[in-house]
Amino acid sequence: MTPRAHIAAIRFGLGTAPEAPPPDTPEAWLTGQLRPLPAAPGPSLDECLAVLRARRDPASTENRPADIARAEAQAWARRMLTTQAPLAERLAEFWGNHFTISRRRGNIIALLGVYQREAIRPHIMGRFEEILLAVTRHPGMLMYLDNANSIGPNSMAGLRQGRGLNENLAREILELHTLGVNGGYTQDDVGALARILTGWSVGRGAEFNEPAGFMFRPRTHEPGAKTLLGRSFPEGEEGGVQALRFLAQHPATQRHLAGKIARHFIADAPPPAAKQRIAQALAETQGDLAATMRRVIAMPEAWSAPLSKLRAPQDYVLAVLRATGVGEAGAPALLGASAQLAQPLWTAPAPNGWPDTAADWATPEQMMRRLDWANTIAGRAAATRDARSLAEATLGPLLRAETATAIRRAASPRDGLVLLLASPEFHRR
Amino acid sequence: MIARRSLLLGLSALSMGGARVAFAQAPGEARLVVVLLRGALDGLAAVQPYADPAFAGLRGLLAGGAPGTEGGLLDLGGRFGLHPAMPKLHAMYRGGDALIVHAVAGHWRSRSHFDAQDFLESGAGQRLNSGWLNRALSAMPDAGPARRGLAVGVDVPLLLRGPVRVGSYAPPGNSSVETDTMSQLLALHRADPALGPAFAEGLRARGFSAAVLAGQAPGPGNRNGFVALSGAAGRLLAAADGPRVAALEIGGWDTHAAQLPRLAAVLAELDTGLDALREGLGDAWRRTAILVATEFGRTVRVNGTNGTDHGTGGVAFLLGGAIAGGRVAGDWPGLSELFENRDLVPTTDLRALAKALLGGHLRLPVTAVAQAFPGSESVGAMRGVLRG
Repeated sequence: MTPRAHIAAIRFGLGTAPEAPPPDTPEAWLTGQLRPLPAAPGPSLDECLAVLRARRDPASTENRPADIARAEAQAWARRMLTTQAPLAERLAEFWGNHFTISRRRGNIIALLGVYQREAIRPHIMGRFEEILLAVTRHPGMLMYLDNANSIGPNSMAGLRQGRGLNENLAREILELHTLGVNGGYTQDDVGALARILTGWSVGRGAEFNEPAGFMFRPRTHEPGAKTLLGRSFPEGEEGGVQALRFLAQHPATQRHLAGKIARHFIADAPPPAAKQRIAQALAETQGDLAATMRRVIAMPEAWSAPLSKLRAPQDYVLAVLRATGVGEAGAPALLGASAQLAQPLWTAPAPNGWPDTAADWATPEQMMRRLDWANTIAGRAAATRDARSLAEATLGPLLRAETATAIRRAASPRDGLVLLLASPEFHRR
Repeated sequence: MIARRSLLLGLSALSMGGARVAFAQAPGEARLVVVLLRGALDGLAAVQPYADPAFAGLRGLLAGGAPGTEGGLLDLGGRFGLHPAMPKLHAMYRGGDALIVHAVAGHWRSRSHFDAQDFLESGAGQRLNSGWLNRALSAMPDAGPARRGLAVGVDVPLLLRGPVRVGSYAPPGNSSVETDTMSQLLALHRADPALGPAFAEGLRARGFSAAVLAGQAPGPGNRNGFVALSGAAGRLLAAADGPRVAALEIGGWDTHAAQLPRLAAVLAELDTGLDALREGLGDAWRRTAILVATEFGRTVRVNGTNGTDHGTGGVAFLLGGAIAGGRVAGDWPGLSELFENRDLVPTTDLRALAKALLGGHLRLPVTAVAQAFPGSESVGAMRGVLRG
């Protein structure tokens, strides 16, 4: 068994288990996953928006937005625990985090799941400009970053109501989603994109004779052409579409995305050459995300051992639960433990999403909480999992001799599992 | 996992710190408790054959002081001395409620903790999915709903898993990692530039100083898990409609290094816990038998780090009002010849003790005892264990 099989499963996937052994042909196993994900079932956007709009009866204990969020989270957890395409799911998580929306904005909790299912998942193997458009048009994003209420000052609504722009979404598109913080844009460009995107809003549904979902409202759209990064974009919805396509293909965007992809799949401080080649792949393929991932998989830097990335809490919890073979029954534990380890699902603190380096996560308290949780899981799993064979199955050649020795000498089956699940190797990917 | 879940729903276990207890209910008034010492107790440290001419020379630093001297052994009748960290057990011994059996070993010769604990609990020569204590109970007539035990605990030892239903409840966030395992994890993390410092700082913040990790000082509050659990187990067993059988476990015995301070701490915890069990049982103590057993003994000679390694012959304790105690039983093999030139020669099969309790104390039929220990026809129940 070569380390490549385990690296494929750990760095690019969600770890291995006796039931999900490392692949015989690692590269083919990975590239075979670079195809559209099956649709994830769940309530429609229409239903979610209706729940969001419905006035809550203060006397009722019913909380339908929270019920939807809970059911979506459980469905997500069951999928992650049982998926046979862990790289594809990892990519869905990666892009979902790149285009973060968060339950820290309480008004959108009924949209958290449908956003992942409809704006992210269908587009992660397509071109970057398509996912950028899908995300920017989705009510989840339009509400999370306030664009639904942004009004062109010279639009009909703006002139009548004396209300104006909200730059929040425009700024984050430039800073986080496309060009990056050093991408060469100015405050004028932020204002221009905000004006371009005025009118991008959310319809109120059939009751108001409006679509349930994205709606372009001409009455709030700032009239006239706008200049973004020296280029003119026409008035109307089409101006926004053109601007987003332009930003998606911008070399600064390619560099920014390449840096994030390299940091996620290669190292906290990836070699500059690796970033350049990923940026080049994005440029040559017009932002084809699956094709770009194929290049990443072919890069020798992506296969370096020992593993240097730290599993974020959610990845760590997933790897442990998948290794112990709990299957779908582990869904509550996955959600609970992720929260206990400071990464509750769809709850990133800010629009820049969860951090992605060891320095961000490897705090003393984080390590202790992981140890506590590993101990709890070890207590449950000791009846069905032998630490020695599980170590071989999950880490194979990546298991260090000293860890193997400690596990072999452990004073009880449970201690053996704790030593494995809380070992430095198990935290890495 | 579904099988495991449904099993747990029917099992009962109580968990605090590194110690666990699980219950099952059996008809009758007799109480049986099995205490598993996970990690291999050094029997020659707990019960020291100070009168054996070879002992002091082989044991060096690990030999205790003579009985009667300050901090010396607690005398057990002129040949053996109990570790000074166990005064409460000594009091039981003097009261005739504690029988010590030396040179005991199970029916296996593996020195692997995993294998040996499996065999110790399954009662068989290979890993089974059920424990001998559960299989013994499964032969009893169904006592209806009252047969269910109280359900507290993260998990149930293999010893009590099997067809007989006992309930289960896990108090959340109430389990802590063994200090020794913490210490090993700290060593495993040391070379990691990101995780090493964070792990070390995390342990310090939780009160695990270098002395605690070396076993030379008590840890922050997780030492009393066994004591509290034992007291609770005793009270539950004492209840008229409570469970009649319990299994407890306590870790911390794998003393490869710095054995003197480490073992003293955990022996004191065991001593206090057993006394808490006795107190909790109250009047039921006189109908109680407790078996304290470990997976194997440890090497006779001291290793290079003032500890001992995995061995063979060790010690077992039988306690309770039902036990004919006050003496050290078993055939003492002496130390002039060692098993494989390293371990105490085993002379008593641990199953003989268990069979005496299952047959004589719980009064289980011969078939049930045979079911508990398959393939053990040649091993008879130990005689003279129980009061008449």
